[in-house]
Amino acid sequence: MSETALYPHTDRSRDLSQPVSALSPDERLKASSDQLRGTIALGLLDRLTGAVAADDTKLMKFHGIYQQDDRDLRDERRRQKLEPAFQFMVRVRLAGGVCTPEQWLKLDELARAHGKETLRLTTRQTFQFHWILKRDLKATIQGLHTALLDTVSACGDDARGVMCSVNPALSRLHADVYDLARRASDHAIPRMRAYHEIWYDEERVATSEPEEPFYGATYMPRKFKIGFVIPPVNDIDVYAQDLGFIAIGGSAGQGRAGLEGFNVAIGGGMGRSDQSATTYPRLADVIGYVPADKVLATADAVMGVQRDYGDRRDRARARFKYTIDDKGLDWIKAAIEARLGFALEPARPFQFTTNGDSFGWTTDESGRSHFTLFIENGRIVNRPDRALMDGLREIARQHRGTFRVTPNQNLIIAGIAAEDKAAIEQILRQYHLDGANALSGLRLNSIACVALPTCGLAMAESERYLPDLLTRIETILARHGLQDEPITIRMSGCPNGCSRPYIAEIGFTGRAPGKYNVYLGGGFHGQRLNKMYLDNAGEAEILAALDKIIGHYATERTADEHFGDFVIRAGYVPEVKEGRYFND
Amino acid sequence: MNSVVRPPLKTSGGQGEQNQQDFNPSNGPGYGLTAVQCSQLRELTAGLSPAQALWVSGYLAGAANAAGGLALPLNLTEASATAAATMSAAQTAAGARKLTILYGTESGNCEALAQGLADQAREAGLSPVVTDMADYKPRLLKGEQDLLMITSTYGEGDPPQRAAGFFEFMEGRKAPPLPDLRFAVLALGDSAYEFFCEAGKKLDRRFEELGAERLLDRVDCDIDFEEPAMAWRSAVLAKLTADVAKASAASVPSGVALSPTQAPALAAAAARGFDKQHPFQAAVIENIVLSGRGSSKEIRHVEISLSGSDLNYQPGDALGVLPTNDPALVDEVMAKLALDGATPLTLKASETTLAEALTRHLEITTATPRFLDHWAKLSGAAELARLQTVEQTEERSTFLRSHQIIDIIRRFPVAGLDAQQVVAGLRPLQPRLYSIASSLAAAPEEAHLTVSVVRYDLHGDRRSGVASGHLADRAAPEAVLPVYVHANPHFRLPQDDRPIIMIGAGTGVAPYRAFLQEREVLGTGGPSWLVFGDRNFRSDFLYQTEWQRLMKDEVLTRMDVAFSRDTGTKEYVQQRLLENAADIYAWLEEGANIYVCGDAANMAPDVHQALTTIVEKQGDLAPAVAADYLRGLQRDERYQRDVY
Repeated sequence: MSETALYPHTDRSRDLSQPVSALSPDERLKASSDQLRGTIALGLLDRLTGAVAADDTKLMKFHGIYQQDDRDLRDERRRQKLEPAFQFMVRVRLAGGVCTPEQWLKLDELARAHGKETLRLTTRQTFQFHWILKRDLKATIQGLHTALLDTVSACGDDARGVMCSVNPALSRLHADVYDLARRASDHAIPRMRAYHEIWYDEERVATSEPEEPFYGATYMPRKFKIGFVIPPVNDIDVYAQDLGFIAIGGSAGQGRAGLEGFNVAIGGGMGRSDQSATTYPRLADVIGYVPADKVLATADAVMGVQRDYGDRRDRARARFKYTIDDKGLDWIKAAIEARLGFALEPARPFQFTTNGDSFGWTTDESGRSHFTLFIENGRIVNRPDRALMDGLREIARQHRGTFRVTPNQNLIIAGIAAEDKAAIEQILRQYHLDGANALSGLRLNSIACVALPTCGLAMAESERYLPDLLTRIETILARHGLQDEPITIRMSGCPNGCSRPYIAEIGFTGRAPGKYNVYLGGGFHGQRLNKMYLDNAGEAEILAALDKIIGHYATERTADEHFGDFVIRAGYVPEVKEGRYFND
Repeated sequence: MNSVVRPPLKTSGGQGEQNQQDFNPSNGPGYGLTAVQCSQLRELTAGLSPAQALWVSGYLAGAANAAGGLALPLNLTEASATAAATMSAAQTAAGARKLTILYGTESGNCEALAQGLADQAREAGLSPVVTDMADYKPRLLKGEQDLLMITSTYGEGDPPQRAAGFFEFMEGRKAPPLPDLRFAVLALGDSAYEFFCEAGKKLDRRFEELGAERLLDRVDCDIDFEEPAMAWRSAVLAKLTADVAKASAASVPSGVALSPTQAPALAAAAARGFDKQHPFQAAVIENIVLSGRGSSKEIRHVEISLSGSDLNYQPGDALGVLPTNDPALVDEVMAKLALDGATPLTLKASETTLAEALTRHLEITTATPRFLDHWAKLSGAAELARLQTVEQTEERSTFLRSHQIIDIIRRFPVAGLDAQQVVAGLRPLQPRLYSIASSLAAAPEEAHLTVSVVRYDLHGDRRSGVASGHLADRAAPEAVLPVYVHANPHFRLPQDDRPIIMIGAGTGVAPYRAFLQEREVLGTGGPSWLVFGDRNFRSDFLYQTEWQRLMKDEVLTRMDVAFSRDTGTKEYVQQRLLENAADIYAWLEEGANIYVCGDAANMAPDVHQALTTIVEKQGDLAPAVAADYLRGLQRDERYQRDVY
């Protein structure tokens, strides 16, 4: 039975069923873009500007490319009668964050050639190049292609990069789940002939078949994020995904062997706006269980429901989380089941204990070793005191396993055979890469987004500021004897929340240069949203407040009580039970 | 040599030009044609065959005699030159000898001197014909009797670019024997260069070889040319009028020998108010660095207020800036010589102080052969003395390139000099010319400059160009800068709405900003195409956002850019021209004017070569025909260059 027959009174005034002329400008742009070709190819040839046409900047997101500019120089260059220092962020599609040493070396080479000698690990387990100039875009993307990498739909209104727990302790389970994540990514992305034509110089082939059988001409209403998590570590923050798959079976905690299936969680998302009370972060709801062989069909069904019912008039409310709250969770679940042709089984029990990474050496069940390396804010760059980029290149030259980018922007050198371990250890020592033990629990559990100077959305610093702020908070922690206490702390330069700040125990979002909203009370393993504690606060105010609360926590916390739980019990902030009450 | 500062004498300096025609209705006795009359006359004479022109000239000569005062436009075409030669009245006054004055000029100095000479000659009862070497038909040479030539030198001893054809002819096999000709040469140059006044020297040698009689020894003028030029003018006129007196027993009019202060510049100044000798004290209103971070250059945009001056200029004109020397350098020179800045001093018959003279009036950076000689005598240093010998020419040039005045003073100290002795070896500090980057229509009472700041290390010091260093370091808003307008009549927008192709590298883009501002505000002009080149896209795309806006508003029709240091393959403006050969040729065939501005050493010849190739290939023309095509464009002022 069709959904419309099931629900004849459903309000469809804001979705795909309307003529495109009645929808938002972004919908009209997609529809008229000739399946994401736009005038990108022409714009690349325009030597008078380092930018592309405004409409093309939106289309290029589907190609994994964001036009940005160096905001440090924006005003200076305006006075110099120069256009902004345009450059492009190029985001690689890297399902589950896994790459080979050969791919690492290619990424390293391209970053040195075109990306200002730096790479950025992201909160969605991939690599970003920043500072790529327009004239180098094609060479960068063709270079990636030679290493079997692409950037398709790494941004845009489509299925973004698919995440997967890194899980170094359980490599067989990881292999199974990772394989599904990779297949889900390949399955869910647009076909994108435009990508092949523009970046690989392939000929356009005339065809009567629709170019995008799933996406059509208007793609998704908004980005759509999929992630696979392996309990007990909720490293991917599964509750922040539009569609999360929670692996059931085979985890150490449950003593089973082999993957069985997944609990399905839907409707997570971080982005909100300070100006609009109708926008809010939301945690995903677990709606049931599917066997492993139904994962791709489930992804199709869930994405199909969002594609067809998502709000296409108001882009600020186009994410799946709002569709769910507008239509009702039961309605959405029924619509998904109608498309699947079967009912979801009841969700199975699972348990998360943390969303952070464990650093240093781990040995898995097959006896291979993995080293989790702390990378502050995911920034891979050579600094005068620490040649991180060179060190990792050296490891990639020697390493015979893989690399895994973690959702906390750290890096695992994975699958090291026993006979290779000494050599890797030697390089780690030589380049001073093994010093995570000396860092505070706070720093090891910190995430900052990129923000200034490259991100166009940033209102305040993040990556360039959080390390300094942490140093000051560490002084407070040390004073209260809490320097080793793991506390999740995340900073985003804007309210959109790339660092997933709304589920941190201490979260910051930028409001203006030097000013942040401060959020407290997120769940230690990502199970609870936090709540705004300070509005538009400067550093002095932030440190004074944290000093008081941390001091209180040091003296009055119960055994094993996490900071996020304490601030609620102590009454600093109320508990946020659902996203739609976040702004209350 | 830096790429922006143009030593005026190398390239230009004309004070006598007020409008863009060679006719100058308001400049001197005997003229008085209105602009309309000039243009009618030009229109009439342009299409005439030599025979027709001769007939017309006879008609006009008759009219002149009848009217008793009408003077002909004497300086242009073959027809009028021929006509002048037939003028019985003039021949009578000149003692039956024909007098022709030829000048080779880049942007005006020699032209102004030639016009001034002609005015003086007319006052003396002579009837000179004044012609630009660029417009002169060499086959007329055989009919010449007295030929006075004034030319500047350019680059490596080359003549002014527009005069190149004349020089080629003269130096070639076709140059005829000239046994009946008398000639004199006034040469302008810059003694800081090895081939000082070389173009003038070449003419002087060649006319002698061809059997002509030297009326007067050649005079070579350095950048402070006024005094020797005036002296030469007076001497040559004295010679000619003495001959007239001998021939016709007519009396020589008084006032032939003008004093140096009566330079042509002064006459022009009367009309314009401010000039090189009497600059306007202008306020700087804006001074920003245009080149973005990471640039290998420092390019500045300097806006200057002309408010209160009534100074006028046209797009294409230049602004003369009278710089002062770096105070630190002035201090060091005085300290090294143990002289007090307050020491009184006589300079060109005026009283001043040493500090004032070294700051405002004298060149104290570049060492000239004259300074070298001077210092060799004062110091008695054997090394300097050795460099003076003829055998050491090349070594001397090398030495002078690597040693500025301060370096020589440091290395060969002389104790006990008095101030007067020191300044005797120095030459006057010269103004620098910058193409104006604005239009009065768009920025009333302002002149904008695009300045490449010259910085380099020498003997362990950071040094700057005199003028560009002044503009960069001592010309913040509200600073006062002495300036004057320097006309550049050979770099002008077309009067009609024909298309224009503008090619510029680096600061050579400046006049095009003026062109496009003018066209935008006045709403005039046809299609326009700008080809710009520089080093790096990111940092050196001068006025990038302005061009982008002009493109968007369709004031600028098309723009191509080439950046030489962005990628492994160095790309220059000529590559863009060659890539778009068919369109360039189509624009030229549709009547487009083409402009080239910027570097003279490489860019201009490379562009010229590219244009030659384009015309050859696209027009399917033999090389000689293609060269003629471009020469024709130059002759018709459709191919104009402002290079330095």
